Amino acid sequence: MSLLATGLPFAAVPLVAGLLSSPVGVAHYLVVGAILFTAGVVCMALKRNALGVLMGIELVLNGANVNFVAFSSPYLRGEGAASLGLDGQIIALFVILLAAAEAAVALAITLNFYNNHATVDIDRAEDLKG
Amino acid sequence: MDPASQLPMLLGLAWLAPLVSFVAILFFGPRMGHHGKNAAWVATAAIVTSLVLSLAAFGTWLSAHPVTPVSHGAHADGHAADAHVEQGGHADHGDHGEHAEHHAARVPSAYSGDWYTLYQGGNLRLTIGWYIDALTVLMFVVVTFIATCIHVYASGYMHDELHDVTDHEVHLSDGGHLHRPGRFPRFFQALSLFCFSMLGILIAGNLAMVFIFWELVGICSWFLIGFYFERKSASTAANKAFIVNRVGDFGMLIGLMALWGALGTLHFADSTVAAADGSAVTRPGLFSLVRPAANGHALQVPDGMVAFANADEVGRIAAEHNGRPRDAADEIAARIDGWRSQGIGRWLLFIAGVGIFCGCVGKSAQFPLFVWLPDAMEGPTPVSALVHSATMVAAGVYLVGRFYPVLTPDVLLVIAIIGGITLFIAATIALVANDIKRVLAYSTVSQLGYMMLALGVGGWSAGLFHLVTHAFFKSLLFLCSGSVIHACHTNDMRKMGGLARVMPWTAGTMLVGCLAIIGAGIPFVIGLSGYYSKDAILAQALSYSQANPSWSILFYAVAGGAFLTAFYMFRLWFMTFAGTPRDHHVAEHAHESPTVMVAPLVVLSVLAIVAGWTLPGGFGIANLIEQAHPAGTDTTSTGGFLFGALTVPAEHLSHEGSVHVTATLTAFATAAAGVLLAAAMYLWRLISPTVVASMFRPIYSFLAHRWYFDELYDAIFVQPAFAVAGLASGTDRGVIDKLIDGIAWSARQLAGLDAWIDRNLVDGLVNATATATWNAGLELKKLQTGRLRQYVMFIVVGTVALFVLASMLFRAALAG
Repeated sequence: MSLLATGLPFAAVPLVAGLLSSPVGVAHYLVVGAILFTAGVVCMALKRNALGVLMGIELVLNGANVNFVAFSSPYLRGEGAASLGLDGQIIALFVILLAAAEAAVALAITLNFYNNHATVDIDRAEDLKG
Repeated sequence: MDPASQLPMLLGLAWLAPLVSFVAILFFGPRMGHHGKNAAWVATAAIVTSLVLSLAAFGTWLSAHPVTPVSHGAHADGHAADAHVEQGGHADHGDHGEHAEHHAARVPSAYSGDWYTLYQGGNLRLTIGWYIDALTVLMFVVVTFIATCIHVYASGYMHDELHDVTDHEVHLSDGGHLHRPGRFPRFFQALSLFCFSMLGILIAGNLAMVFIFWELVGICSWFLIGFYFERKSASTAANKAFIVNRVGDFGMLIGLMALWGALGTLHFADSTVAAADGSAVTRPGLFSLVRPAANGHALQVPDGMVAFANADEVGRIAAEHNGRPRDAADEIAARIDGWRSQGIGRWLLFIAGVGIFCGCVGKSAQFPLFVWLPDAMEGPTPVSALVHSATMVAAGVYLVGRFYPVLTPDVLLVIAIIGGITLFIAATIALVANDIKRVLAYSTVSQLGYMMLALGVGGWSAGLFHLVTHAFFKSLLFLCSGSVIHACHTNDMRKMGGLARVMPWTAGTMLVGCLAIIGAGIPFVIGLSGYYSKDAILAQALSYSQANPSWSILFYAVAGGAFLTAFYMFRLWFMTFAGTPRDHHVAEHAHESPTVMVAPLVVLSVLAIVAGWTLPGGFGIANLIEQAHPAGTDTTSTGGFLFGALTVPAEHLSHEGSVHVTATLTAFATAAAGVLLAAAMYLWRLISPTVVASMFRPIYSFLAHRWYFDELYDAIFVQPAFAVAGLASGTDRGVIDKLIDGIAWSARQLAGLDAWIDRNLVDGLVNATATATWNAGLELKKLQTGRLRQYVMFIVVGTVALFVLASMLFRAALAG
């Protein structure tokens, strides 16, 4: 209600209409990436289950990956195949790699936490509080 | 053997033996037997060694210089040329012509040389050397002999010091008396150093060496007079003796500077030194500079002194002959005699003579510096005997005698006047003194005045003869008084009396001493030692008065002094030994002293009798001293520019019939009158001393207060010195200390301010930073909740907030 009262959602209507009427370009990918990113952040902020938070992280990273690839793609930028332009794809590969490594470490921590506390509720993980 | 090499060796060893003893006792004294008992044996052994060596030297001297009767006519004949003996040393002073005829080989009358050169550079040459003549040898025997007696006596007298001592004269603040360990070795250590110093003065070959040992004697007297230094009176007396002597030594330094500056040498005799090219060069000594042989040993102002006194003229001549120093030297040499005849330089010679005499005034306790000697009685009695007879006070007379050739008639008159004043003042004070040692002390001062007067009126032999005889009978008298004090435990003659019955040996030997000092004898036949020496002094004084009628007061001083001497010496003897005991407590405890103390008395009394005798054949101390008579001083001389024309008559003239008879009869009459008056007052009690004292109350009180000399010096010197010291200390305390205190106070205040700034501002700033950081940390800590989801919210909100902020701030940029 309050969100509707501000009128902001209505301001997005012409933006969405513009997107749906134009051919597929960088902006469409960015919207997808932004949705993924937002969904990931919301997942991280709301889930109490450590595994859910890890999934949110994956969503955030993948949202970023979509952006990298979209910005890097020569087709999408309308320059044709004149340049190879693989920078974004390579960074995306790195991110995937790092995400896998990070997921492995995070899962190990989570498993250990479970062993010690018999739960994966991150609200109970206050041992490192200052 | 050759005396020129043997005498310095024997006397040098005799001189050093007490030094060995001093060093040994200094380092090992307390370990020498129980409480250092054997220190006495070490010191005595050393001084006996000295005595034996001195006697050996005496024998050597006599074998080379047989003592012959002096035939007076020959002295006026002039003198043979100098006979130099260059063997192990240097000899000068050609013997008297008469003696030279007697000996096939000319025997010099003095030997001199140097053992060791302390420093040589330019004109400056300091040596340890010897000057040995008949007087040196004789004084060595006398000093070592009397010192031996006193060492033996002291080993008995000082036995109290062998265990812990309770000094009843020192009152502590708690009302008790001082307890201290005995100081037996310390006493003999100082005694040895004293003997070493005195012998050093006797043998010294130059004035610098005399001065060194002069000061050593001074410091030894300080040690010994202040032996009971816990007693206020003793430490004061020691300081007084030392300070008063410094006053005289100041004059002596001036004399030394005058001689050195003008003549460039302090050697008595000519000395042989190696020149730069290795050849031997003879440097003239003081004696041959002042009395050149070429001039018949007549006194003249030395060239160096004339040139020194006329430095302006010399400088002008040198400037005229600029670049030709040889010409300048020639012209100066040519004009020296002219300058001398104008009298240039004679003041310098006068100052040199009076300066050296000033030192003798202090050491020999002459007016006006005699005040220390009576106070020196605070020392142990053996010290008094040593100081008063053979060592310290003899040093002054000996130096005047040694330095005699350099003294001009004016200086001699000053010496005679000082001697006359001294002998009169001291004799009058001795008349009323009641302390037995003080009577003897003033008697010593008076007799020293005699010697100085004798030297001053030209009686060189007479004065030194009296020095020798006085050494014997005065040490005898002091040791006798020590024996009396040992028996009575008091110095006050008013508590004594009748002691002759309990102390026959002491009484008898003291009577001999009294008779000797007054010059008792049968006129023209025989007498005790004092008879000969005192007659010689009287005769010479009479001879001088006849030659200089305006100074005939000197003869009356001597004659009056002889009367006073006889009176106070027999007053002493009668009060102490004759009559009935005045204080029964004292008389009951009195006893004869132990043998170790009596034996030296007997030996000394024998010598006090015979020391003046001349044996058939001419051997005698008087003739022995005559051998050393400095060349040129045994003839009548005239001169003087300060006090009018003065004639110093030749000494042999006083032996002429008329003078000699008058002098002897005067001496006998005055002495007899003095003894009779003393007997009338104190033996037969015909005249009551108290009535006489009340009749002449002002005079008696004046004399009893010692002419108020101590009070006078106190008012003139001591109080102003205290006032200046008080002013200085007041300035120090009131101004300088206050100033420094003020500076310190302000520095302190400034430091306080600094400290406040440091504590409040600097530290405050640092602390405030720390506190702020701390507080910020505490606040920020709260952010770290440990809630993961909250962190995510922070990140999101933070990012959004940054984005909003950036978009608001950089709207234009974003829009562009």
